[in-house]
Amino acid sequence: MDYFLQQLINGLTLGSIYGLIAIGYTMVYGIIGMINFAHGDIFMVGAFIALTTFLILTSVLGFAFLPVVLLIVLIIAMLFTAAWGWTVERVAYRPLRGSFRLAPLITAIGMSIVLQNFVQVTQGARVKPLPPQIRGGIQVIEGVQLSYMQIIIIVTTVVLMAAFTLLIARTSLGRAQRACEQDQKMAALLGVNVDRTISLTFVMGAALAAVAGIMFMLLYGVIDFYIGFLAGVKAFTAAVLGGIGSLPGAMLGGLLIGLIEVFWSGYFSVEYKDVAAFSILAIVLIFLPSGLLGKPEVEKV
Amino acid sequence: MAQTPTSTMSPEGAQAKAEKRAEAAPGLPRTGPGRLQEALRDAVMTAALAGVLGFFFLALRTDIAPGGLAITTRWGLWFSAIAIVFAGRLALNLFWFDKRGGGRAAVKTTAKTTVVSEGLDFMTIAGWVMFAVAVVLPFLIMWLLPGQQRQLIDLSILILTYVMLGWGLNIVVGLAGLLDLGYVAFYAVGAYSFALLSTHFEFIGFWVALPLAGLLAAIWGVILGFPVLRLRGDYLAIVTLAFGEIIRVVLLNWYQFTGGPDGISRIPKPTLFGLEFARGDDGFAAFFGLEYSTIHRFIFIYYIIFVLAIVTHLVTVRLRRLPVGRAWEAMREDEIACRSLGINTTNTKLTAFAIGAMFGGFAGSFFATRQGFISPESFTFLESAIILAIVVLGGLGSQFGVVIASIVMIGGIELLRNLGFLQQIFGEGFDPVRFRMLFFGMAMVAIMVWKPRGLISTREPSVVLKHRKKIGADMVSQGEGH
Repeated sequence: MDYFLQQLINGLTLGSIYGLIAIGYTMVYGIIGMINFAHGDIFMVGAFIALTTFLILTSVLGFAFLPVVLLIVLIIAMLFTAAWGWTVERVAYRPLRGSFRLAPLITAIGMSIVLQNFVQVTQGARVKPLPPQIRGGIQVIEGVQLSYMQIIIIVTTVVLMAAFTLLIARTSLGRAQRACEQDQKMAALLGVNVDRTISLTFVMGAALAAVAGIMFMLLYGVIDFYIGFLAGVKAFTAAVLGGIGSLPGAMLGGLLIGLIEVFWSGYFSVEYKDVAAFSILAIVLIFLPSGLLGKPEVEKV
Repeated sequence: MAQTPTSTMSPEGAQAKAEKRAEAAPGLPRTGPGRLQEALRDAVMTAALAGVLGFFFLALRTDIAPGGLAITTRWGLWFSAIAIVFAGRLALNLFWFDKRGGGRAAVKTTAKTTVVSEGLDFMTIAGWVMFAVAVVLPFLIMWLLPGQQRQLIDLSILILTYVMLGWGLNIVVGLAGLLDLGYVAFYAVGAYSFALLSTHFEFIGFWVALPLAGLLAAIWGVILGFPVLRLRGDYLAIVTLAFGEIIRVVLLNWYQFTGGPDGISRIPKPTLFGLEFARGDDGFAAFFGLEYSTIHRFIFIYYIIFVLAIVTHLVTVRLRRLPVGRAWEAMREDEIACRSLGINTTNTKLTAFAIGAMFGGFAGSFFATRQGFISPESFTFLESAIILAIVVLGGLGSQFGVVIASIVMIGGIELLRNLGFLQQIFGEGFDPVRFRMLFFGMAMVAIMVWKPRGLISTREPSVVLKHRKKIGADMVSQGEGH
């Protein structure tokens, strides 16, 4: 029982990270209907920016109070990663807006290759270890440990999700986004700046990916230029599992993928955890072709 | 009374005006003193953005040092990157965007239907010329550049492998319109089938294993095709990607069967009717009374992949004229119409998957015999992405486009290996090979932005009324999986 609870906690933590990345995929898909393959690598870029900022603050400038350091790292990483997200959209996707469906998919894969190799060339191919910064935790019951790191990750995710849901539901930007999702031309006629709204979608997605990047870095303590691929594929799987285009679906999908992965490694085998996640995806899609919370596609004749 | 529409009429009204305005893209004023100022301002903004983006990657670098990570600064690199971006953007603003009208590429519609009367057109001639060159290529290389013959023949083999894979995937994506991001799985199945068969059974050589590998890959194509029959577009894409990854993970972890990360080595080389390309009395050279040379084997392997690729091409061309090929294309254009006309879309999809996979399997077993060693490393998602990129960059559904794209992308990238002189300019630490994939990605983005429909922008419909004609690429729908 306690083993089960422990795995449940670990799964929820991992799932939160996937969920945050999945939101970026699902928002972009909702608004312009494309798979932003470079999003996983934006997450990786965010993790690298966070690592470098963290090192500057602690070892060069000599800050020692961890909460402040982490807050500054969070803000800087979100800002700079957002700039990357904006640039990727501007360079690779905007010129192809209104073009054929596969064209942005190919530029997205191209951008993903560019980002990975750019980081590899400039920062080196070796892994970057970071000693654990947040130690300790609380004992929930006998044998079940809830570390402070896990609490931080889950709480941050919940807060961001709440803020985000409010943003989409209540603000004018959120309304503009939902309008663009429905009909871009009509939204433009009614005075919504479509280009700006789409850019902001990428910016927000990238900022959330940066948060996920920081949490990944702190949780695992090691990053390299290749982490974006697998995390990106899993997060995209999560987005599809939850029903792509749906925000709660992305979060639910993220949590499910995290849980599946952790429970599979805990009870069966670590090697095949990716196989488990992908197989569940295939099985769910066979029975629910538009994901768990997705709207079924209407066939127009 | 309304006029009868004619082809010379252009649309009128607010919508057309708005489109015209958008095409004329405001961007920069075309002439006058304001232009330079605007161009400068834009270049400064771009340079500033480059500075922001590059700060954490170019200016700073983290490295493992004793006692944790250490930061090194590289201000010179950062500033030169900003300067290059500034100069490049300024030059683009002044000399390039002006001609194209605005910095943003307006989406051009090239929906022109050109009727090709009879006889040969440029592309057919180019195709035949290329075929002729490809037939004599190894000897051409040996005659012109004997110093680098091994490298160049090897590169031609690599390019032809990608041409073949591209043609195989073209059946699935270009003809049937099913977006497959896991094509490498079939490549892997083919390679491992041959490798395992040949290492477990003495008597199975390349030529026996080749059809078996193709068959096994086709069976896998059907197995993986079944669950995804109901899926469309991006759902199909992600599930095929997932299958590709599953197969790779299984190959990596099933140690007893596949050798895991160590892979399989000592895969036999192909023989010419039993003649081995080895030194000795019963080898190829001795049999024909030639002097032994390692180049013979390379030439032989070149011709194997050449024949395999040509077979792929011919089969595709013939299939397009058969009912099943027409059903693929009809399904690509409109699946619902297809079903209402009584076409069994299930079988149509499965045959597309199976035949595409079969060619992937052939290519895979060729790859195994050429390398002599395979491991899961060679079958990553990147490989699928490269093959898909070749198909789309060439022009989806265009056989000739695949060839052009393979030569440009694979050949162009390999050229970087020969740029040793750059090392003298940029110093010892500069190794162009490290930038290969970076340039590959950039080329992918640039080509797509420049020509969203691929390098070859016309298609030949397989079914025609009266005239054979070429049509603009945007009149054909793209692999959207429905």
